[in-house]
Amino acid sequence: MGPLSVAWALDIASTVHEHTLSNGLKVLLVESPKAPVVTVQIWYKVGSRNEVMGRAGLSHMLEHMMFKGTERNPKGTFSRIIRKNGGNDNAFTSQDFTAYFENVAADRTELALALEADRMQGLQLNENEFQLEREVVKEERRLRTEDDPQSSLVEMLFAQAFLMHPYHWPVIGWFSDLNAMTLDDLKAYYDTYYSPNNATLVVVGDIKAEHLIGTIKRLFEPIPKGPTPPVQKVTEPEQRGERRFVLRREAELPFAMAGYRVPNYTSDDSYALTILESILSHGKSSRLYRTLVYEQKIALAVGMEYNLLQTDGELLYCFAVVKPGVKIEDVEHALYREFDRLQDSPPTEQELQRAKNQVEAEYVFSQDSNFRQAMVIGQAETVGAGWRHIDKFLERIRSVTAQDVQRVAHQYLTAENRTVGTLLPTAPAADSNAVSEHINR
Amino acid sequence: MIAWMAFLTMLLSMAPLGNAQAADINPIRFVMPNGMTVLVQEQHSLPIVHIHALVKAGAAHDPPDKAGLANLVAGLLDEGTTTRSSHQIAEQIEFVGGALQAKAGEDFTTASARVLKKDTELGFELLADILLHPAFAEQEIDRVRSLILGEMQSEKDDPGQVASKAFKQLVFSNHPYRWPVTGMEDTLPKIKRADILQFYTREYLPNQTILTIVGDITADQVRTQLAKRFGAWKRGENGSHALPVPPPLEKPIVKLIEKDLTQATILMGHVGISRTNPDYYAVTVMNYILGAGGFSSRLMDSIRDNQGLAYHVGSHFEANLMPGPFIVSLQTRNEAANQAITGVVTELNRIREAPVTDQELSEAKAYLIGSFPLRVDTTSKLAEVLSLVELYSLGLDYFSRYPKLIEQVTKEDVLRVAKQYLNPARYALVVVANQHKAKVKS
Repeated sequence: MGPLSVAWALDIASTVHEHTLSNGLKVLLVESPKAPVVTVQIWYKVGSRNEVMGRAGLSHMLEHMMFKGTERNPKGTFSRIIRKNGGNDNAFTSQDFTAYFENVAADRTELALALEADRMQGLQLNENEFQLEREVVKEERRLRTEDDPQSSLVEMLFAQAFLMHPYHWPVIGWFSDLNAMTLDDLKAYYDTYYSPNNATLVVVGDIKAEHLIGTIKRLFEPIPKGPTPPVQKVTEPEQRGERRFVLRREAELPFAMAGYRVPNYTSDDSYALTILESILSHGKSSRLYRTLVYEQKIALAVGMEYNLLQTDGELLYCFAVVKPGVKIEDVEHALYREFDRLQDSPPTEQELQRAKNQVEAEYVFSQDSNFRQAMVIGQAETVGAGWRHIDKFLERIRSVTAQDVQRVAHQYLTAENRTVGTLLPTAPAADSNAVSEHINR
Repeated sequence: MIAWMAFLTMLLSMAPLGNAQAADINPIRFVMPNGMTVLVQEQHSLPIVHIHALVKAGAAHDPPDKAGLANLVAGLLDEGTTTRSSHQIAEQIEFVGGALQAKAGEDFTTASARVLKKDTELGFELLADILLHPAFAEQEIDRVRSLILGEMQSEKDDPGQVASKAFKQLVFSNHPYRWPVTGMEDTLPKIKRADILQFYTREYLPNQTILTIVGDITADQVRTQLAKRFGAWKRGENGSHALPVPPPLEKPIVKLIEKDLTQATILMGHVGISRTNPDYYAVTVMNYILGAGGFSSRLMDSIRDNQGLAYHVGSHFEANLMPGPFIVSLQTRNEAANQAITGVVTELNRIREAPVTDQELSEAKAYLIGSFPLRVDTTSKLAEVLSLVELYSLGLDYFSRYPKLIEQVTKEDVLRVAKQYLNPARYALVVVANQHKAKVKS
């Protein structure tokens, strides 16, 4: 394919140092000596897909509690220690994983590792801290979802598309589940999932792998192996026929979404779906932007999301912000017409090559940062694909044909396989937009 | 818009550590015969090149009745040139997996190209084309304008946007910083093609532009590209850009905006400082301790960790060419609005009344100095920072001076700047909420 040398593409495979400690902790190290900085990330194989009905949001709640201290590093000290050493730390939770990270100067790597080792099993869960933090998480839910019409629609889309599978509920959880949660729930969850045999440690940056593995063994190997976490076995039944729902609430503009059930990295179709997503939605030259935004001028914004690195088969979904004065049905049908077009005839060679070039260029740009590189490795490993999948991915992307794209459009972008959600704005209440000003408060 | 992961906090940049230590930043600077200032930082660890142009004209230079002009001009740059259609530009840059972006701010406008090394030539060609030869076709003007108007409408669903717009109008009542960069619903429609051409011709000049190149390219290669692509750009008359200094508020002012939401979005603050204020570094340390230090800050500790009132709370000095706003922002459930406001005022008073502790001071300095490489950790971030160093005349030794500038701040400085630049008696307060439930005391 030309533009990129294979050497770049194979960078990952040639540089990852893999170790498995005696307690089962997987360690993946990448030496990237371009600057004396390091990112440390620890990935736990637990996310909202491991939760049970009635306790949605438990993974994310526990993520918040992980900053509440251990015997050795009490409340408030964790982030403070990292910060006063010039580093940043944080964490994120998704459907499939919970991950913690520290970005530090290379000579502070051990400090970050020691803190992560300490809280892998030393967390002190305290009732008062839990009560306070639950309020913080509820504020987070209000901020992200409750008061945001589009986010509310996304949440409903997953709830409609997945009836049985835990992808049904949001990562942040429902209010009622957050209220029902107890400290005992958190303790049991922590004991079940936070163990070396359920985690992957990724370190990328100015390190010497041979030297660092000794430090890692010293810090992490004393942690005993934990129980084998239960396997999440729920399989979502096949979808038979379109599902539709409507969200009516105060909002300025209508918003439409359509989600299609698609496979993950385990299917060969995932590569063609990745190319399809790019052709339809990446940039101003993409089909959806070109048609709906530029030519027909019926949408303010359009987009499509597909990520093959999911533990279970997920959704490919598209969305459109409807332009003022335009009917939402017209926008929805315009989206489907673009899918029909791809089913009727394969993309052009130019489109196919552009999509491939974008995937490869993005991969090179991602190496500009240790953090993003560690993200890709950690996610591939945690969802079950394995970090070696990254190289396979680039090779398989190159071999996707125009006919492959047409075929997956046919197979997945069908009415039978879709869940459609529309946000229909209602008029604001009578006293809305009232404004008052007071001087001399 | 659609977040997959529920992040613990949004305060921290998710951006990664990357490829530069402060000590390694030693750009070459020169001025072209046409007056364009050029900065080049070679970085050969990855085959990527970032080209970043900063034009010293922004929304603050809009005519008040045509607010949104600078932003509309920036938005039209890549929507067609004299030799390329909008579609051709997108097709060319996206075919190679590159990116082209243009964006107006208050004081200046930026336009940039990001490409792989093998596409360096194309990157320079396209960036120069959109900067030197934009067509401003009538149909593109109408199209882009209607998109911006639509986005403005959409932003009314975002309480943060609603609050921010109201806040700026209160704080900068007679100053160009009062309008949003995008303009307003009653000013944007008034902009004619002639206005666009006039603004472009007057402001987009090589002698008003800083071009910064970071990546896998040599200074010689840059010179070759510049001669070829930017050599013909003609110097022009430099208009006066002096902006007035925004006056402080004379009285406290409260604005309550009704919206049927579960949370109250609260903004409090007043006029802050300019980037060239010599107290900038003392203010940076003070504000870190007050509300910019993530989980180490007093506001976070009090409002979030000890009272459980908010997911996010922070304070920010927007140091522009002229003093921009100082803002404390948070969101809390409607019913807790008064408690949160009281909590903020308590912290503002506390940092003005008593010195910070030795530990707070040393931890703030350690973070600000130690994390400096984080702020220049990708080619695009470094290009942006370099262009600002030039804009604010900080000098190319800024990167080695910065640790000293922070280190020399004392507890007395922190107390002095807190007293001088924080004013809990004369501030603007904006609350977007279900006011019936929030019952903000006035």
